[in-house]
Order: sequence, then C-alpha cells, then structure tokens
Amino acid sequence: MSTFAKIFATGMVYLTRIEHFNAAHKLFNPKWDKERNEIVFGKCANENWHGHNYELYVTIKGEINAETGFLFDVKILSLLIKQFVLDKLDHKNLNVDVDFLTGQMCSTENLVIAIWKQLKPRLPPQVELHSLKLYETPRIYVEYFGE
Amino acid sequence: MNKKVSVYRKEHFNAAHRLHNSSWDEAKNDAIFGKCNNPSYHGHNYEMEVKVTGVPAEDTGFVIDVKLLSNIINEYVIEKFDHKNLNLDVKEFADVNPTAENIVILIYDLLREKIDKKFDLQIRLYETPRNFAEYPAS
Repeated sequence: MSTFAKIFATGMVYLTRIEHFNAAHKLFNPKWDKERNEIVFGKCANENWHGHNYELYVTIKGEINAETGFLFDVKILSLLIKQFVLDKLDHKNLNVDVDFLTGQMCSTENLVIAIWKQLKPRLPPQVELHSLKLYETPRIYVEYFGE
Repeated sequence: MNKKVSVYRKEHFNAAHRLHNSSWDEAKNDAIFGKCNNPSYHGHNYEMEVKVTGVPAEDTGFVIDVKLLSNIINEYVIEKFDHKNLNLDVKEFADVNPTAENIVILIYDLLREKIDKKFDLQIRLYETPRNFAEYPAS
C-alpha cells in the first residue's frame, strides 16, 4: 500500500446519524410560584404542557476499520440510540415519563446533556462520541461536545 | 386580466396532544393509537401553509395582503393553539380527537369565517416533517 493510500485507510472520520422523536414538556420550576414561572418561562410554563418534534444529530469520530471500511456500523449505532434514547423519549412527557430526567428542568440544554450521559457509556471504546446537536424546533437547536 | 393566483403564508405553532377514544377501553386505545395514546401526552412542532386563491387586485397587484393574512392567522389560529394542550386547552377538541385531519378542518373553519368568500382557501398542516394533512381535499 502506498503512503497516500494508507492515509486514506486510517484517517479520522466524523460520522453523523440523524434521529427524531416527539414529546410533551413544560418549563416550570416547582420551587417558584406560578406567577414567577410565567414571567420567566412565558407560554412554555403552560401547566397543561405543550410539545415539539425533536431532531437529534449524533456525531461520532474514530479511525476507519481497514477490514470493513466502516468507522462503526451505523445500524448498530441506530439500535443503541433507539434503545437508550428514543424508546425512552419518543411520544413521552419529558417531565413525567423519563427516568433519566427526573428532578431536572426539561430545557433543550439539559436534555442534550442527559442524552449524552445515556449514550456515551454504551458506545464501544474505539468510537468516540464527538457531539450531539438537538433541534427543539426547526429554528432552535443546542450543541454539546461533552465539555 | 382575470387570472387566478394562489398565495401562501406559512406559520407554525407547537402543542401537546394525545389520541384517545374515551368510549373504548385502554386495550383498544393502545391497539389503535399506540404510542399516541400516552396519558401524559406527547407533542409536535406543527407547520401550516395557508393557500388563498383569487384574482390579483388591479390597484395593488395583491390577491391578499400577506401581512394582513398573517395577522388573521396569528389572531385566530396561532393564539389558540401555540404552546397549548390541544385536548385540554382547545374547547373544540373536548370530545373530538385532535388528529392532524381534525386540526386542519378546524383551522379551515376558523379562517374561512375571517377571509373574504371571493377567495378559495386551502390549508396544509404538517404534524411532523413527514406527516401532513390537507383540507379541503384536492
């Protein structure tokens, strides 16, 4: 193999899998009274909930496996995301139904960090979780790099 | 000049809902509505397209002033649905399932009252980027 080909076979690659789920939530701090919640969170404090279609971008990075040509089997990545993230969030109420969000404010910022903690320990050692990008609406998203 | 043109205004809102028929037992609700039957609700970012068809006025060149159209949609639809629970906060859905089909019909009915009858009106409602409904059917 030439040096040129070797560089291609062992390069660092970033791979992104896009998934989606939808859920209800509200932004409401139980330590505050209703009036303060409405001042801070506005319409998002509606006690009867509202909801979103969330889009989740999961980016991993690593060396390409010379035998498969893959960084990581994206089907397995998809199954891990489904088992540890989507099955727990999709068609759920984030404030009520999700064990890994108990006691947290269900903002998109907190949600993306909670998803990171769910996913990172489940990935094999040769695959590094690089970033998560989470869209709450088509116009609002957060990014998290594990920092 | 008597040429009809369709103009479109896109708007959006987000809301919680669930699909549930109270005259059925839980097993049947789960069988028919699956995850959408979650008693603690789920939610969507809804995107809507309002299509108004008519002949452009000679003096303005407009079919309808889209700023005016936007104000009507915001006052009579977005204010009613945005950041709400469709089952609990919208009286028309007290006994009607808030499916995309039923929501799009309600949006049409609300806007039809406020938009001049000389215009044809059609609504397209996206519940997700992949699921949408249109009324009246074309």
